[in-house]
Amino acid sequence: MAARHKSVETKYMEDREAALRGLRGLDRRTFLKVLAATTGAVMAKSLMPPHSFQLIEVANAAPDKTASAAGMAGKPPFTFAYVSDTHLYQRTLNQRFVRAAVKAVDDVNALDPQPDFVLFGGDLAQLGRHEELELGRQILAELKAPVKMMVGEHDWFYDLGDAWQGMFGPPNYSFDWKGVHVVVLMSVHEKDFWTARKMTPEQRMHTVAGLDNGVQSRFEVGDDERKWLAADLAKVPHTTALLVFSHSPLYKYYRNWNFWTDDAEQVQAILKPYDHVTVIHGHTHQMLYNQIGNISFYGLLSTAWPWPYAPTGLPPLTIQMSRTDPFDQFDGLGDGRINVRADGLADKIYSLWDRNPVTVKADYLVSHGKIARPPAPQFASY
Amino acid sequence: MTRRSIALATAAGCAAIFAAVAYAPRLRAQQEPPLPVHQVPDSKSGGTVVMLCDGKTGVEVKGLKPGESMPHAQAVEVARQLMGQWRREHPNEKWEMAQQEHQTEQSSQPRPAPSASRATAVKPQSKGTQQGDTYASFTDRDYKVWKSETDNFVEQGNQLFHDGAALGGTIGVSCDMCHPNAANTHPETYPKYQVQLQRVALLRDMIDWCIENPLKGKALDPNDTRLRALEAYILAQRKGVALDYGKH
Ligand SMILES: [Fe+2]
Repeated sequence: MAARHKSVETKYMEDREAALRGLRGLDRRTFLKVLAATTGAVMAKSLMPPHSFQLIEVANAAPDKTASAAGMAGKPPFTFAYVSDTHLYQRTLNQRFVRAAVKAVDDVNALDPQPDFVLFGGDLAQLGRHEELELGRQILAELKAPVKMMVGEHDWFYDLGDAWQGMFGPPNYSFDWKGVHVVVLMSVHEKDFWTARKMTPEQRMHTVAGLDNGVQSRFEVGDDERKWLAADLAKVPHTTALLVFSHSPLYKYYRNWNFWTDDAEQVQAILKPYDHVTVIHGHTHQMLYNQIGNISFYGLLSTAWPWPYAPTGLPPLTIQMSRTDPFDQFDGLGDGRINVRADGLADKIYSLWDRNPVTVKADYLVSHGKIARPPAPQFASY
Repeated sequence: MTRRSIALATAAGCAAIFAAVAYAPRLRAQQEPPLPVHQVPDSKSGGTVVMLCDGKTGVEVKGLKPGESMPHAQAVEVARQLMGQWRREHPNEKWEMAQQEHQTEQSSQPRPAPSASRATAVKPQSKGTQQGDTYASFTDRDYKVWKSETDNFVEQGNQLFHDGAALGGTIGVSCDMCHPNAANTHPETYPKYQVQLQRVALLRDMIDWCIENPLKGKALDPNDTRLRALEAYILAQRKGVALDYGKH
């Protein structure tokens, strides 16, 4: 992975912090004016592209209590990018998915300022082979920002994680970033369906790789990892914002396609005491978001292919992405960024290829759809 | 074929179907066998023999050479002769009744009960049919066999839907990767104008498009068993959804 470095964005945010320090006594109206002025100054120095995200959205979207209580007193906001669900075969077999993964890496490398880090959302490989994972590792190594890896079921069920862990280390881990506690989970454990059926590793992998293959078990975080999570969080105060990365959605959307985590409620219970929790997940290959209690959920786009929305169980807050064009390889796919605000809430930017980007704001989710509603699709699912 | 030989053939077919379901053979590239055709006897006079749809009743049209067409009035006369001949050979069949019921359905009026005189003229039939027609002679067992045949064909389509290589795909992509349970294939919306193809598309045009592009294979011949099985599987997933051709 690329060496960690202080991104332009980080430097910018530090400048911004310094400029705004001491302004806490201002009323909101004056505060916004000052904020706009600093934005202009920074843009004049070409540190930020026009129409970029940070200051404008914080100023416009954050409720007053955010600006006064958390925003100015709290942590610096930051941005990370993501690439997810590349589903790579070996290069000799399939160039289509390789092209798409490289396109996503180019996208992220073109971000100015650079994100603090890049989350890879899982399913780097299609059939869990060492060669597929190695190809993915090489492609992701081109990223300029540091990469945080997460595992998906396509990476795991050929050798039960041997190759992946050999390359990337333990599948569940945590770290702190600018005052936010970040947890990466391995949420795609499955109860043993293969031994009794005398399956080969290839058959086991092929079974899990079929979304509509009902022979497999449902995804779960599992007892051991839930214990690990509880222990990891034991030292983290409940006022600290949590960012949780999981490959499967940590709720129950559609069982037949494993858009599902079987022990989701138990995991949610562990996260419940925290003021602000954002779960970022892969696997569903579509614009998808949800709010359950204190937890905001965002699904990631894939680079390989879009999944249709499931026939039932779609979270009511999700506004479907417009139907994808089967004649355009890149439509409905893409990558994106997450802006973690000063108050610990996170806005999500879906950088759709061949479409306008869509921002889903935390305010939309935490207000349960009352404000900041994202645009409606022209054509929803059939 | 006698009733007895039909029953024997059915039993044999039954065993074959159960075996097929158990082993679920994978469909390979193959053409459907030709459909049965009626054998039309040669004309004795050098003209053309025109057959009724029963495949048995024929009328010879003198002087009509192959490739020639009859004037409308002559064609009407030939049709009248064919029907007349059929009625002479089937004196107890009440073909008019079916015609009358058909007209009634078109005008959306309730069906009149058959009059007593008609009822007595109809010879006793099984299963409440009027004409001793093909379908009157089938049993529940036959229906089970047909269902099994159909389900088996759908299952073969299911396997192909999950196996890109079996469709000639070359890059590891299969239909189910974008369409789990055939979701988002919406066969009920065809035919419709597909702007990317610049034509009115049928479901099979879209199947072929996917095989040629995401799967990087070759379009299937319309008579290829695999294309037919794929259509069967996709349609079977939408049972009960209202047909809504032209929908966008
Ligand atoms: Fe995936």
